[in-house]
Amino acid sequence: MTIKGKAYIAGIYEHPTRHAPDKSTAQLHAEVAKGAIEDAGLTKADIDGYFCAGDAPGGAWPMVDYLGLKVRHVDSTETGGCSYLIHLGHAAEAIAAGKCSIALVTLAGKPRTGVMPPRAAGAEADFEAAYGATTHNAYGMCAMRHMHDYGTTSEQLAWIKVAASHHAQYNPHAMLKEVVTVEDVLNSPMISDPLHRMDCCVVTDGGGAMIVTTPEIAKSLKKPLVRLIGHGEAMKGPRGGKDLDLTYSAGVWSGPRAFEEAGITPKDIKYASIYDSFTITVLMQLEDLGFCKKGEGGKFVADGNLISGVGKLPFNTDGGGLCSNHPVNRGGMTKILEAVRQLRGEAHPKVQVPNCDLAIAHGTGGLLGVRHAASTCILERV
Amino acid sequence: MAEAKKYPTPVTNPETAQFWEAAKQGKFLIKRCTACGEPHYFPRSICPFCFSDKTEWEESSGEATIYTFSLMRKSPTGPYAIAYVTLKEGPSLQTNIVDCDMDKLQIGQKVKVVWKPTDGAPLPFFTVA
Repeated sequence: MTIKGKAYIAGIYEHPTRHAPDKSTAQLHAEVAKGAIEDAGLTKADIDGYFCAGDAPGGAWPMVDYLGLKVRHVDSTETGGCSYLIHLGHAAEAIAAGKCSIALVTLAGKPRTGVMPPRAAGAEADFEAAYGATTHNAYGMCAMRHMHDYGTTSEQLAWIKVAASHHAQYNPHAMLKEVVTVEDVLNSPMISDPLHRMDCCVVTDGGGAMIVTTPEIAKSLKKPLVRLIGHGEAMKGPRGGKDLDLTYSAGVWSGPRAFEEAGITPKDIKYASIYDSFTITVLMQLEDLGFCKKGEGGKFVADGNLISGVGKLPFNTDGGGLCSNHPVNRGGMTKILEAVRQLRGEAHPKVQVPNCDLAIAHGTGGLLGVRHAASTCILERV
Repeated sequence: MAEAKKYPTPVTNPETAQFWEAAKQGKFLIKRCTACGEPHYFPRSICPFCFSDKTEWEESSGEATIYTFSLMRKSPTGPYAIAYVTLKEGPSLQTNIVDCDMDKLQIGQKVKVVWKPTDGAPLPFFTVA
């Protein structure tokens, strides 16, 4: 059994807003749903599967009702920022099993406008909550240990932000459009050692959506054909405190599963959407996915190697979470959307990868330094 | 100097109550599985490694080394050092390194457990040994 080639992404939409004080969260979900349905050339009545995560107000059943959907398959898997990458894999499974034929996946929210609701506590709460783990310091701890074990430097991490900024200058919707230098990153204030402000992603209101469907339906529509050929998911945590190693992510498991299913290797990838909550997130995931050896991520990302048209692995050509958009503090959806634009040939001409036929979209959710999920999607233009 | 930081009171539950009772006596407990021999933290009734229910409480030396840390500089309650420390007995755990010069922390540095009061049982933290 495989999902290889069983599901196509037929519609995509990224909300242009980065600040939405005048809209409700449910409204943003409806707007991105409408955008993706129209992009596919379908109507709402065609949707028979719905996927959402923790950002959907009230969960799946209030959203299905609010949107006025009539579905025969739902999935509200919640794995933080990579939920939508997992949804894509699960949608392919559901489509392959005949449980639905046109699935809608939505993400939207307003962290820039208001305070986000707290996450439900896990069994660890009494033993961890008091220590103030945040995204910044949980990823800071990973970076600190990576530097200790492998000699990774702040300059190398800064190159990741520099590459993202080179791409963001061409995205009219990007929150930060200014091209920055390694020095700019190093001179930005230290937030949580060793991460500077410019090592951190933006906080934005907004959202995105996609339509996942069968090969037959995709071929009956007008958009270029983009299909999922490999998917992997995995989770990692301290697991009782045995053999703690914060220098790798669950991507070491999700990545190889996805590549094996797709029947390709990292060398075949023309474009990479890599979750960029922080610069260290990108560096660790590139290693974990096999784009370079463990510990060599610093060397790999330096000197513009991630800049489209300059380096060997063009990444996050929309400007990514570091510069363009990180709606609801969840970057998984926008990772898929830019990969589909690249495969369709719809990326900005200045960053479009020539003959882009194989792309990866990969992300993590939760806290890399504490407990997190990872999901890898390999996409192909047919 | 600001007032002592207020820490959340442990909620506790039947599975972890003994840990918090011991904490009131200044004892830092971990769990060890007598089936596979592995220690773990935070405490579970069923071993997270071999899934045996033969887990027993064991007093830790409270001695540890810093595995990694990050000094959080942007916080409404002031800077603090979050860390993972590895206990002499084996398990690593999340904590804060307190009552020390946070700018001089290093990976591999020796630390020891120290207790901070809450409205209920005290909470374990670590300080430079």
